[in-house]
Amino acid sequence: MAETLPITDVVVIGTGAAGGTAVWPLAKAGLKVVAIEAGPRVTTRDHPFDEVRNDVRDSHARWKASWEVPTVRPNRDAVATRPLGAVGPMMNAVGGTSIHWMTQSWRYTPWNFKMISESIKRYGASAIPKDCTSIDWPFDYAEIEPYYDRHEYFAGVSGQAGNVKGVIDKRGNILEGQRSRPYPLPPLRSSGFTEMMATAARAQHWNPYPGPAGIRSQAYNGKAGCTYCGFCGWTGCWTDAKVQTNVDYIPAAEKTNNLKIVPMASALSIEVDSKGRASGVVYRQGRTEYFQPAKVVVLAAYTYENSRMLLLSTSKAYPNGLSNNQGQVGRHYIAHGLGSAGATGWFPGKRLNRYSGTLGQYTAFDDLDSDNFDHTGLGFIGGGMCSATMEAKPIGTANTTPPSVPRWGSAWKAWLAKNADSCAGVGSQLDVLSYEGNFLDLDPSIRDPLGRPVVRITFDFHDNEYKMSNYIQDRMVEWLKAAGAGEVWRGVPGPRGLSTHAFGGTRMGDDSALNVVNRWGMSHEVPNLAIMGGSTFCSAAGRNPTQTIQALAWRTADHIVKDFASITS
Amino acid sequence: MDCSGEERAPAQPVSRGTFLKRAGVAGLAVTIPAAAVAPAGLAESEKVQLDQMTALRPFQERTLGAFVERLIPSDSTGPGAKEARVVRYIDRSLTGDLYAFKAAYDLALIALDAYSVKKYGADFAELPADKQDAILTDMDKNTATGFVPNAKAVFEMIRTHAVQGMFGDPAHGGNENFVGWKLVRFPGPRLVIGAADQRLDVVPKSNLKSTYSIPLFKPSARK
Repeated sequence: MAETLPITDVVVIGTGAAGGTAVWPLAKAGLKVVAIEAGPRVTTRDHPFDEVRNDVRDSHARWKASWEVPTVRPNRDAVATRPLGAVGPMMNAVGGTSIHWMTQSWRYTPWNFKMISESIKRYGASAIPKDCTSIDWPFDYAEIEPYYDRHEYFAGVSGQAGNVKGVIDKRGNILEGQRSRPYPLPPLRSSGFTEMMATAARAQHWNPYPGPAGIRSQAYNGKAGCTYCGFCGWTGCWTDAKVQTNVDYIPAAEKTNNLKIVPMASALSIEVDSKGRASGVVYRQGRTEYFQPAKVVVLAAYTYENSRMLLLSTSKAYPNGLSNNQGQVGRHYIAHGLGSAGATGWFPGKRLNRYSGTLGQYTAFDDLDSDNFDHTGLGFIGGGMCSATMEAKPIGTANTTPPSVPRWGSAWKAWLAKNADSCAGVGSQLDVLSYEGNFLDLDPSIRDPLGRPVVRITFDFHDNEYKMSNYIQDRMVEWLKAAGAGEVWRGVPGPRGLSTHAFGGTRMGDDSALNVVNRWGMSHEVPNLAIMGGSTFCSAAGRNPTQTIQALAWRTADHIVKDFASITS
Repeated sequence: MDCSGEERAPAQPVSRGTFLKRAGVAGLAVTIPAAAVAPAGLAESEKVQLDQMTALRPFQERTLGAFVERLIPSDSTGPGAKEARVVRYIDRSLTGDLYAFKAAYDLALIALDAYSVKKYGADFAELPADKQDAILTDMDKNTATGFVPNAKAVFEMIRTHAVQGMFGDPAHGGNENFVGWKLVRFPGPRLVIGAADQRLDVVPKSNLKSTYSIPLFKPSARK
């Protein structure tokens, strides 16, 4: 029997990019907030430059995410499996995956928010693949722009604007949505490699620019600037230059004395009262279970856990899982096509010096994203931002060899001795669509150590995705060759079911029969339940999701503050 | 990692606790590899015990050692898996984060010797290098038999871990004397990297050391 705690205004499950951002506007407005976090508090000391610990084993995730790694299958007829020793894709700590994220901090494009209607308008209804369930977002870019802006200025995002109030600046992304202000900080510096790739992109008539980064390029609001140390992704920042919610939003929220963080606590279920309203969260800390009652419940775990938490929170009012009386929980699942459109080039005789910097130090272009090129006859819609980044590490480098070179033995070693740090990959993430057959549910046999079923991912690419992969990959090969690569080799296009870029399961939309949450991120069925994160996205877009997760979390938190009386009555 | 999410206490001949305490590692919230510290002041006998296998039995150490020494041979290019102490890395890992693979290694090493005996009439470690290479090739091409789930999967498992041991931070037991980092021209961990060191073809200054010897990350700094 869980021990019942005093009631609070808002209880938040998860303190990553979503929950860790939302606690600030909630606490600032005077609401009493309790945030339940599966992991511990970490500091700069917890981010050693250790590729084995960070990149290979993802030891950060071991606290919970690695217990509940989803199983994966391509379709309903296959048995879902997971590899031996699989580690969770997300980090468990106060700050969550905003700590070890890859720092590419993007606004989605105006087209992203209405990709279906725009595609039909330009190419006809047949442009939308059969079985595709994707929808336009319930609001447009102009509505989220103020939240992008707020986040960029609160946290200190670095970049070069390309379109401020319609004034185009060719140093930045001329294809971006209109911004109300430039970035608060200049972009991270360029490197020999990113300049080489930008020059090659221009030769291909693309429009490269320094990609925006969730890293402070110089001191900002009392926090240090980036030192280009080369150990940024899969770990936190040694000098707190990285935009991490445990560094910016959470400390600000804690200063209000309205936020209480409960670390090392696993949320188990969201409870409901007799009227079917959310009444609080049961969590386990150590060996004790607690019930934290609240007037509003915010579910802000990662995409997989958001669906799982709802599916496991069954009650009389919601026999198939909380907010699932329409059977929409787990549906419209999308994973980005990470690696699918990638290609790698070997630049013989060159030292690229990519053992430095960060994945947020990159050159990027939008010419192959959204509807920025004519898709007529190509067989797909959308595309992706393409980039070439810094931050290589020794184990990854040893595994990056051209297909013409053996992968072991003396020939491999001899090649590495002469050519290590002369290879680099480029690629795009791909705006993958959602389909009827791609969804999340509970695995029938695999359970976590508490005996609760893990998520089962059913996910495959369709023709649209393969055509997009191949088309963009061809361009990536051209890009590398234009930059002077000798040998170029391609990634293998195909689905990655388990992903750090996972969307859907609790999709946002006006139609309560097809979506779990409304345009504000509030459950259609449970009026005092908010859901945050990539799980609410209507589309994947062709670029990293974190800044959009943070902007949406702030927007939903604002809505809770503004309508607190009506939401809780 | 076992189901509790905690490190299994490795069965070490010498008290690991004593060693870790001396190094100031005990009681951390976040796991630091045992070899994070090659502290001055360790007695010679303790250094020897640091090298003792914790997961692998002697015959396993021998078979696995012979295997990784063909994967990453010591040759005219320079030191290989042997000098890097790749087996020590794998052994450490099998009582730690890679605990889930322990059973797979037990099966793999038995299957490797069985295949070796079938093909050449002797245990793998006793074969000359060319015959060992032929067996690695059979596994890489997945034509070798008797492996679970198959030879290629076993080859990739060991290769993956051997590469980690060769090129990972020495704190985890491999990459001794930074031989792996030297091979791939990694200059070592640097807290601050200037613009000049990010230009093409510049040779960055060597800064070879374990990340755990940087004062910020020193386990003793956590007290």
